[in-house]
Amino acid sequence: MSGVLLSIRDVAVDLPTPRGNLRAVDHVDLSLEAGRTLGIVGESGCGKTMLSRAILQLLPKKAKLAGRVMFDGQDLAQLAPEGLRRLRARDLAVVFQDPMTSLNPVLTIGTQLMETIQEHLELDASAAKKRSIELLTAVGIPAPEQRLAQYPHQCSGGMRQRIAIAIALSCEPKLLIADEPTTALDVTIQAQILDLLAREQRRRHMAMIIITHDLGVVAGRADEVAVMYAGRVVERAPTQALFKHMHMPYTEALLAAIPKLDAAPHTPLPAISGRPPDPTRPLKGCSFAPRCRYATNRCHEAKPELKSAEMPDHLYACFHPIQMAEGIGA
Amino acid sequence: MQLAVREEPLLSVDNLVVEYGLGNKTVHAVSGVSLHVARGETLGLVGESGCGKSTLGRAVLQLRRATSGRVLFDGEDLTAMEGDALRKMRRRVQLIFQDPIASLNPRRRIGDIVAEPLIIAGVKDAAERKRRVHDVLSAVGLDPDLVSGRLPHEFSGGQCQRICIARSLVLNPEFIVCDEPVSALDVSIRAQILNLLEEMKARFGLTLLFIAHDLAVVKAVSDRVAVMYLGRLCEVGPSEQLFANPAHPYTGLLLQAIPVPDPDVRPAESVATGEPPSPIAPPSGCRFRTRCPRADQRCSAEMPELREVAPAQFVACHHPLA
Amino acid sequence: MATLELSLPEEVEQPVRRRRRLGFLFWFAIFWILLVVVLAMFAPILPLQNPVDMDMLERRAWFSSEHWLGTDGLGRDELSRLIFGAGVSLTVGLCAPMIGLTIGGALGLLAGYFRGRFETLVVGSMDVLLAFPPLIFALAIVAYLGQSIPNLTFILGFLGIPAFMRVSRAATLTLARREFVIAAEALGASHARILLRELLPNVFLPLFAFFLLGVAVTIVVEGSLSFLGLGVPPPMASWGSMIGEGRESLEVAPRLAFLPAVAMFVTVLAFNLVGDTLRAITDPRQGAL
Repeated sequence: MSGVLLSIRDVAVDLPTPRGNLRAVDHVDLSLEAGRTLGIVGESGCGKTMLSRAILQLLPKKAKLAGRVMFDGQDLAQLAPEGLRRLRARDLAVVFQDPMTSLNPVLTIGTQLMETIQEHLELDASAAKKRSIELLTAVGIPAPEQRLAQYPHQCSGGMRQRIAIAIALSCEPKLLIADEPTTALDVTIQAQILDLLAREQRRRHMAMIIITHDLGVVAGRADEVAVMYAGRVVERAPTQALFKHMHMPYTEALLAAIPKLDAAPHTPLPAISGRPPDPTRPLKGCSFAPRCRYATNRCHEAKPELKSAEMPDHLYACFHPIQMAEGIGA
Repeated sequence: MQLAVREEPLLSVDNLVVEYGLGNKTVHAVSGVSLHVARGETLGLVGESGCGKSTLGRAVLQLRRATSGRVLFDGEDLTAMEGDALRKMRRRVQLIFQDPIASLNPRRRIGDIVAEPLIIAGVKDAAERKRRVHDVLSAVGLDPDLVSGRLPHEFSGGQCQRICIARSLVLNPEFIVCDEPVSALDVSIRAQILNLLEEMKARFGLTLLFIAHDLAVVKAVSDRVAVMYLGRLCEVGPSEQLFANPAHPYTGLLLQAIPVPDPDVRPAESVATGEPPSPIAPPSGCRFRTRCPRADQRCSAEMPELREVAPAQFVACHHPLA
Repeated sequence: MATLELSLPEEVEQPVRRRRRLGFLFWFAIFWILLVVVLAMFAPILPLQNPVDMDMLERRAWFSSEHWLGTDGLGRDELSRLIFGAGVSLTVGLCAPMIGLTIGGALGLLAGYFRGRFETLVVGSMDVLLAFPPLIFALAIVAYLGQSIPNLTFILGFLGIPAFMRVSRAATLTLARREFVIAAEALGASHARILLRELLPNVFLPLFAFFLLGVAVTIVVEGSLSFLGLGVPPPMASWGSMIGEGRESLEVAPRLAFLPAVAMFVTVLAFNLVGDTLRAITDPRQGAL
């Protein structure tokens, strides 16, 4: 039925900075099957954006990439620029956080949309225009013919994000990477955009990666969730399993720190004190240990590996996982 | 919680209107908002972008002049004040911004930045200033000796926000407007800063106007909440009550749209339709009617006013939720 | 506090002393500027030949022990003319942009902060000034007030005001709506305090970098004016007038035009380099990842 579409093996991204080497992504393993949604959750600086750039082969020039990114059987790092260009938009599409900057302000929407279509699908102008109108309708933009002649600044934020999604979907990609697609949008528009992405994904049997800092966004919309901290994946599990039986203290702390709508006002929030470690000075032990209330000496000495215990698809990196079933040791 | 109505509210906003020109068009940012904040209370003001909540916050502090209406602080009319009188009043009301790093002058040291309000207020004694800066920096959880000599860019967003909070507290104000103070911060830092604000409020006896777009955040710190849409108030009421039983369809829409971190809660196909209209050309009558499933003729003809539908809960709607 | 919070003190990372490798070129530029400035300042007391003494028998002489860099078309010592000329070029080169910096900078700061009709007035008058042909202006001043260093400085300074106003206003506009300025207003700071304490320190650096570029440009423009005969009156030397005088001897003794040109070129380059480097290293923002 569906095989593994994207396979990330031991990927590391290093960036030279004036303060020393910055390890943005630290040996990450992930895989994604066609038609499934993976949610990558983490706070700023955890490496999730660098990871998405690594997948798209859009890293800054100074960055060094190690490991393999296999897409549809091809090693993306080995592809020639021409092959990579063909892959983009046709098979691999991306939607960024800020629709204001991801659309070209001096080109009309029609130009931007049709440019991509004509480039990759080799359609003539009128066929491309027809397809553009279809796409704009699919993403819920009213009066699509008029929109084609408009410029991005004439549209609202939510509208622009829909257009960005339309551009991303225009060539029927196999994988869509949405990097914080709704962070810059209002909550009512956010819901609409997430619904749109879910609908289009189902319709096109597309794989999707949603990158976000909001656990709420992935809770209802991802099949599997990977939690990142300080460049590593610290927990990975099917969504239900992650929320119901989380094993990483960081995941537990992250969830607890979100203000809940059903809590009474003035309930003190269980905050996580301190800050993530400086990525140019990695710690010897577990990166979360200085902020973890379960930390022991062992945690400061050695880095725990990502592995599973009772459930093969629920992985975590901790010496003292929480919520383990009876009898399963650390 | 609920304060006795006998006491005069500390802040009273009376039919405030803020409009400004954009080219040859007029932006109706705030169109007749009245609210009050009792001493010691936290009033949450929530709404999406473009609803005018930030403009309202600035207008209350007279950083943006209102087109009409009054703002009474402790009985005095801020809208009628100017020049020195207004500058003196500023020591009692403060503001915390959304972007903590941009709120600090990149070329000045933290010690100077936090001491600035004292200098402006005329505290001449340098030792006294240093002592007060020291106290307030410790109160927000920063080590004054480590922090005073540094520049803002050496700190993280959360730490900068602590510095901003310290700066706003150094003159012992009575009232603070918090304009999206945690929106730009990470989740784990957000909780720290919210806890800090609650702690500071208790310690310094503050009254807060807490502006945000995140309902859960607003609920966590507010006694009462006001919901704003396109320049007008939709609903005002005690936090628990308002969120448990929203009366305005927009409040209901906001609540339903929030992504809940619980995989069992299937996100419903959003009822939300369309986009908020532009504040340049707001719809006639009830401004929410273009997106409201309950709208009818009356809604486009007649602007609803706030009326009490439950104890202390007011809603501006012709067809409130049951 | 609550279940998961540890009471950790807020960590502040140690500031990194950025070891910026200010390359060899930068230090050479500094060295050159200092050399030229020192020589120009102490010219009167240095053991140099008199720059206006004409020796008609030794015209266009080659380098010798008596005249280290030879003599010019009227037998005057080239080296001492170069050094005295440096004084003139630098005086005008530094003082004229100073006028632009103070007046233009102040106007731009005020215009960008207060906006409204004042800004329109300032920008409008600067536009008028810019549109006026600079050479005609220079000619008119020289015709009515005569050729002299102060007049020359005044002309060039005045003509530089609009450019400084533009730079200052642009910098102020970006800063004036930033939160830290509104924060100062919210604290009850007066306009003067905001302008001097909040805006000026931030606007000053781009202005100063522009000033150094202005010095470079002014030296060249002064050179051009003197070349055209509108600059310093003879027998006073400035690098530009020396190039102008050297024009006559281009076939026979090109070094007469070449030496002052090289001196001007290297000095201007040095100022540019220092200006660029200063702007780069004093930017307080470290690149965010």
